[in-house]
Amino acid sequence: MNKLRLTRWLVSLPPTLFLLLFFAAPSLLMIVTSFRYPGEFGGLAPLSALETMTGEGDSGLYGLTLETYHFFFSDILYAEIFLKSFAVATLTTLICLIMAYPVAMLIAKSEKKYRNLMILLVVLPFASNFLIRIYAWMIILGPESAFSHFVNNILQMLGFEPVMLLFSPFAVIVGMVYVHLPFMILPLYTNLEKHDPVLLDAAQDLGANRWQRFWLITWPQSLPGVFSGAALVFIPVLGMFAVPDILGGTGDILIGNLIKDQFLGTRDWPFGSTLSIMLMLTVLCVAGLSMLLARPRTSR
Amino acid sequence: MALLELRNVTRRFGDFTAVDCVNLSIEAGELFTLLGPSGCGKTTLLRMIAGFDVPDSGQILLDGKDIANTPPEKRPIHTVFQSYALFPHMTVADNVAFPLKMSGKAPDEIKKRVEQALAEVQLSRFAHRFPHELSGGQKQRVAFARGLINRPRLLLMDEPLGALDAKLREDMQRELINLQKEVGITFVFVTHSQDEALALSQRIAVMNQGRVEQIGEPSVIYGQPANRFIADFIGKINLMEAQVTQVSGQDMTLEADKLGTTTLPLKQGVNVGDKGVIAIRPEQISVHAPDKQAELPHAHSGKVLDFLYVGDVTTYIVELDCGIHMEALLANSAPGRARFFEVGDPVIVSWTREAAQFLLN
Repeated sequence: MNKLRLTRWLVSLPPTLFLLLFFAAPSLLMIVTSFRYPGEFGGLAPLSALETMTGEGDSGLYGLTLETYHFFFSDILYAEIFLKSFAVATLTTLICLIMAYPVAMLIAKSEKKYRNLMILLVVLPFASNFLIRIYAWMIILGPESAFSHFVNNILQMLGFEPVMLLFSPFAVIVGMVYVHLPFMILPLYTNLEKHDPVLLDAAQDLGANRWQRFWLITWPQSLPGVFSGAALVFIPVLGMFAVPDILGGTGDILIGNLIKDQFLGTRDWPFGSTLSIMLMLTVLCVAGLSMLLARPRTSR
Repeated sequence: MALLELRNVTRRFGDFTAVDCVNLSIEAGELFTLLGPSGCGKTTLLRMIAGFDVPDSGQILLDGKDIANTPPEKRPIHTVFQSYALFPHMTVADNVAFPLKMSGKAPDEIKKRVEQALAEVQLSRFAHRFPHELSGGQKQRVAFARGLINRPRLLLMDEPLGALDAKLREDMQRELINLQKEVGITFVFVTHSQDEALALSQRIAVMNQGRVEQIGEPSVIYGQPANRFIADFIGKINLMEAQVTQVSGQDMTLEADKLGTTTLPLKQGVNVGDKGVIAIRPEQISVHAPDKQAELPHAHSGKVLDFLYVGDVTTYIVELDCGIHMEALLANSAPGRARFFEVGDPVIVSWTREAAQFLLN
């Protein structure tokens, strides 16, 4: 018994150390950074030289400050970007759910021998580089593409002005959905595959029509899969910067882009850290809510 | 008019005929069982009655109306599935309420009827539990309550007690019969267990290879099996190959393989030269000590080869002098040490003229 416990500890030690070193420690660093002053040429101001540098008496305890948080909450712009990111993440999650559900159901109801092949096809896009796939969308949605011409021809026939597909919120959503769809399909499939088909027979036998069978039997049972899929799509989309960078217009800045800019552009590390922490807190709330909703139901 | 009537119902899967020209009629208020080994077509028949499968030919009449093309959700026939098929995400009360909700009953009425139904199966205390929090017997009762609550014309039960342990099964059998008396709904069981069929049914249809071999009361099916398959399938029985050599008046003379010549009461439709089996139930065979030989009819000497003591009865396997092995069942009704013979003891086995039956192949 003791030996078994020792083995368990030994086996779990490397991953635990890894997470402590590369997740917990950086997170802690980031929290500390968010309370510091930015350096004159980017990065961080040294803690000791602070008094002399700022020349102000109001420099806070040990060179720490709440200034970045004050800045974050004082400008409505950041709340707007958070809200917009939330809207994009919510919309992406919903579209992914609607598109993934029939696919997952189709796979789950297929013959066993074809299922693995279908799953392989779902994850196959991962085999090519993420950025290349996004650039491919740039071409597909670009003004000279056949797709763009097709859409604009239809719009013209209906009497509308032609539109620019690329560099628009539309392109951002398309890119987001495209990248994250497999993350919705897989947990949904894993859930749906476990459903006992006899339950649908029983529901039908007891008088439920096709819609009632779906909404009263299949859907409620699939909720754990829906919530884990939603979390797997919602959370990464919230922090994603590559897709809006490449496919979005100048007005399509999301939290991810904002954070990236603080570190790589304006080099304001403390504010970048603050934004990251705010994002992390939001994500934790969403994940917690998702777990709460997906918990197994019992009477006690 | 019969409640449910099957006329020449046939169902094929490719080359395989699962149900072969079945004719049945089930009366209202009956406890009817479709009995047969696995693969005999009874489940296919059940699925066709429930509406999950459609016959290739023939008619399924409910109250005289053909329902072959009515989908399951529109049939006033409910099923209790072998695995119970309780909805895992719904409480016991919601499971039982399901059929009422589907038929659009008012919430007040649903609440009242669910409470009543749960009280009937002694599950009121468990109304807010989920199925995975119930024992096997409780799940079974929920499944019954759910199947019965919307008062179907017919309740189908697929291996209803198959998942329960032996002790619980006996209790549930009695409970089921009582429940049926109370609600008066026609029950159709499908089972491969002859014990269950004999205990539960008023009438049994024995099926084999897609065909109905015999329909009758349990005592008739057991006591006067129509053919060799039924005799062998239901209960234990001693079978001895034999051929009819002479038919005269009330008697027929049979020449059995090793046993020799035997005379049995004449059976209708039997002709000289017919081949079949002599069938005797183990409990119809008596075993005696060898000194009583004189007056016994159909007596044969042999010795005890083996025995199986199961408490209430002991099964002896006796090897007759001619080489045949016969099973005989002796009730251990005497008080005290109830064992009559040991392995190797010489014994006399005998049976009455009426106990033995001749069944055509």
